[in-house]
Amino acid sequence: MVNLIIDGQHVQAEEGWTILETARYYGIDTIPTLCYREGLTTDSSCRLCVVEIISRGRSRLSASCSYPVQEGIEVRTNSRRVRQARKIIIELLLASCPNSKTLQCLASQYGIKELRFKVEDRGCILCGLCVRMCKEQMQAGAIGFFNRGVDRRVAMPFHVRSDVCRECGACLYICPVCELQCRGPREPGDLCNGCFEAIRIDPFPSRD
Amino acid sequence: MEEDVRPEVQVMERYGYERSYLISILHEVQKEYQYLPEQALRNVAAGMGISLVDIYGVATFFKAFSLKPKGKHSIVLCMGTACHVRNSRGLLEEARRFLGIEPGDTTDDLLFSLDTVNCLGACALGPIAVIDGEYHGQMTPAKMERLLKKLAKEEGVRK
Repeated sequence: MVNLIIDGQHVQAEEGWTILETARYYGIDTIPTLCYREGLTTDSSCRLCVVEIISRGRSRLSASCSYPVQEGIEVRTNSRRVRQARKIIIELLLASCPNSKTLQCLASQYGIKELRFKVEDRGCILCGLCVRMCKEQMQAGAIGFFNRGVDRRVAMPFHVRSDVCRECGACLYICPVCELQCRGPREPGDLCNGCFEAIRIDPFPSRD
Repeated sequence: MEEDVRPEVQVMERYGYERSYLISILHEVQKEYQYLPEQALRNVAAGMGISLVDIYGVATFFKAFSLKPKGKHSIVLCMGTACHVRNSRGLLEEARRFLGIEPGDTTDDLLFSLDTVNCLGACALGPIAVIDGEYHGQMTPAKMERLLKKLAKEEGVRK
């Protein structure tokens, strides 16, 4: 057993567990995830599950979905620094997929009021969920990553329908961006912030 | 049993169908065809027992592999910083105008391929053009035109 502290709570984890697994096991649900899914290998590509890890007096940010627990470390899942990092990640993801409801909702949750990055709708955040779903759960391996750097894309080989694709639709099901668009009233590239406004409790409501 | 004469099969045979040699195998297949034809990649996938997505991923990841047929003569222009400040743009413009193709493309008669690289590591010679593997340093658009004209003349085409 490994002893560690998560958000001030002393917890015990099995050897080999990740910080994310441990946190969820103890009901700490302040770590948002996007590219992590139970039953699939971890990719650590979205970085949204970033947490602050304090060990030997030093604090650093790391992706909790792939960080194995260590004896004596202290983890903060929702500190100011972590929230700041997550805000930037969400903003960057939104800049490449402004119509994703998942991302818009996350932006509302984290109180992001404006997008500081140039919005360029690419329709994909390259989280790799569909690729792993296809390969690991559906045993097909019909789609994959191609090219490199800014040209990286998810596609089928030679851009023709693959023989191994059974059109099961699992890739569409798991995709966090190719879903119904957020219905909030907004201009293209705007943040809807509908949920943000809705959940905010104003202690001094005005009467007009 | 008749021997399989397809080059990719012979290459795989030579490497013992070992998964870790995939890049070397693709290199040799490319040497045979001058590029990586779709059917060859499919044959490699089937022969090695690797899914086609993985092989296609590798083939598109590395700049050394080309999925499009390459021309007989390769023209590579360095676009690195040192070459850039010495007018490599002008060289590219000239090659583009002369061949009528964009970087990464090949002329329709399969004679010339134009490519750009980010640095050849010979900055003192900049701007550099590599034509059929031969380095030409301190290039100017005029020199570029002369060299291309010479090549075109050898091939008997008018440009």
